[in-house]
Amino acid sequence: MSDTTVPIVQVADVSKRFVLHKDKSVKERLVSLGRGKVHREDFWALRNIDLEIDAGSTIGLIGPNGSGKSTLLKAIGGIIQPTSGSVVRRGRMAALLELGAGFHSDLTGRENVYLNASILGLSRRQTDLYFDDIVEFSGIEEFIDTQVKFYSSGMYVRLAFAVAVHVDPDLLLVDEVLAVGDEAFQKKCLDKIASFQAEGRTIVLVTHTLNQITDLCSRALVLARGSVVFDGDPTDAVSVLRSGFKTATDAAEERIVADHVEVSSFEIARVESISVSGRDTGDQILVEADRPLEIDITVDAKTRLTDWGIGVHVDNPFGQVVVGTHSSVLPVTVPVLEGRRTVRFTLSDAHLGSGEYRVTSAVFGTGGQELHRLTDGATFTVKSPVKTYGPVGAAAKLTF
Amino acid sequence: MADAKNVAAERLARLEKTDWQDAGATGTFVSGFASSVRDIWGHRELLGMLTKRELKARYKDSTLGFLWSLARPLTQLFIYYVVLGQFLGAARNIPNFAIYIFAGLTVYTVFSEIVGAGTASIVANAGLVKKVYLPREVFTLSSVGSSLFNFGIQFVILLIAAAVTGSLRLGPHLLYGVAGLSLVLVYAVALGLLLGALNVFLRDVQYLVEVILMLVMWGSPIVYSWTQVQNHLPAWLVQVYLDNPVTLAVIGFQEAFWSAGTPGTAPDDLFTRMVIAGLVGLVLLFVSQRIFSKLQGNFAQEL
Repeated sequence: MSDTTVPIVQVADVSKRFVLHKDKSVKERLVSLGRGKVHREDFWALRNIDLEIDAGSTIGLIGPNGSGKSTLLKAIGGIIQPTSGSVVRRGRMAALLELGAGFHSDLTGRENVYLNASILGLSRRQTDLYFDDIVEFSGIEEFIDTQVKFYSSGMYVRLAFAVAVHVDPDLLLVDEVLAVGDEAFQKKCLDKIASFQAEGRTIVLVTHTLNQITDLCSRALVLARGSVVFDGDPTDAVSVLRSGFKTATDAAEERIVADHVEVSSFEIARVESISVSGRDTGDQILVEADRPLEIDITVDAKTRLTDWGIGVHVDNPFGQVVVGTHSSVLPVTVPVLEGRRTVRFTLSDAHLGSGEYRVTSAVFGTGGQELHRLTDGATFTVKSPVKTYGPVGAAAKLTF
Repeated sequence: MADAKNVAAERLARLEKTDWQDAGATGTFVSGFASSVRDIWGHRELLGMLTKRELKARYKDSTLGFLWSLARPLTQLFIYYVVLGQFLGAARNIPNFAIYIFAGLTVYTVFSEIVGAGTASIVANAGLVKKVYLPREVFTLSSVGSSLFNFGIQFVILLIAAAVTGSLRLGPHLLYGVAGLSLVLVYAVALGLLLGALNVFLRDVQYLVEVILMLVMWGSPIVYSWTQVQNHLPAWLVQVYLDNPVTLAVIGFQEAFWSAGTPGTAPDDLFTRMVIAGLVGLVLLFVSQRIFSKLQGNFAQEL
């Protein structure tokens, strides 16, 4: 690749104002004509955004809900017209804002492939050319002549994704649609993205899965309330976003308040907090892969509990349980619980792969009835020296 | 890997030479129209597919399929012929009354279908409008396509019926039919675009359109003769009545496919009126498209 950079998108001083109307019908508008201003509210989804995207780069847009990521993506895609400022781009663009947008449930898979490809900008001849590849990629050959309304949701998105990645774009806009379907298919999707990058295509990605940002992107933007608050290295961007989540944003504050209300009104017992021992870097807890994983859980009981239990599980960011255990299956006698108490689960020889994990714990009463569950009560990151990927690490070797 | 690098380098080189384009292009008032038309032309294949989708999906699981699209106009024909023609006696003044009605009804139906479907088209395709960039006119135009298909079927029936009853003859008067159809298309597309865009912001539009389309039907000489109107309206109002493009198209169709048996009912300067109405229609089409493209920037957020 040459060293000169070629910009593919230029966003200049773009702002977008949404006017929130509270009433839609003629009657409502007539009634509120006199006090029209009261019934409309301005909302700036984007404020003075300047951005230049180089061809061949992969850019992640991250930020809390409502920060304007998707709006910016839509403005680049021409789906939304900015209130002021200009967006120019060149080359062929494909926007993957929703998989299967334009799929018609009464048409067969084959008809939908042609329709969807056409929507994404392929001509009929080109679609003919790619058709077999698309069907093979989706892995649903036998159902291709069935109406898509009979598809399972997994088949539906797989077909949609297959069409989308076979469009030959210079610029691909992706909104939260990577990694669909089962694990094997997710792997296929990510491989496809990697080959897109190798072929010098530009990808702009909106996601909440922060791992994808650090894994895939060469640059990341953090947005908050319609402005770019950080632009640069993806790892730094993720840190900025994480610290932002804790302090500044309303969304996060609301969530904390909600959690608080939930746990303060417990009746019998609750999981008060979860902590994982590791190196605290300020924005994340780093755990060495070869060290035992120690999880401390503080439980609090209002009444004296003689027959109780506690469980814990560690999830990956996709919400899949990586490892879990429960006091009832471990060779221990559970002591009486009265008031606050901290217990420690030690998971040795787990060999977790590099990545982010979340810990959920629940406390159970008589007969195994769940009393309280603290979902994602702690988050930690594993840095593994091994050369494998996935939730489990292994010492890999290749012989010929 | 070397391959991929070459591909990447080629892509960069190609992109460097590519011109910048506005995302969601809107130029100045006049040049914007040209670029919109070019944009739509570039998506003509998609337009065909969307039309096919609409047609295919409409009667997908029914046994009789497309025959159902004939059920409504034929029933209308039957009702008007029996009730208005025979019971109320309208057929006494108009010979070959069935062909007369069907000629007018055919051209009116294509108008009302395009305007009706066009008005609803943007809202109906909300899923696509919000998620994919396409020239949004494509949605309105695809409803034109499926309406034209229905029109085609009805038109064939009209031709057969006219041939059987002897009111179809070759001659320059058939041009009135062509002019009538063109007139209706220009106005219907213009109104479909305009109302489709307005409907996004004010959903009442689509209900209003239904009512107005009914008025238009009775306001044009489909089941009666325009000469009967003369006796009830002052002269200037008759002129207004005659300059209604739908009226002109209906009379044009009757001239072309019905009047061979009974000449001399058309207004004298029918063709001139049609040409003038056509020119006005083209201006309206231009203005509608400009308003449409002005409003379309906000479609995605309003839906």
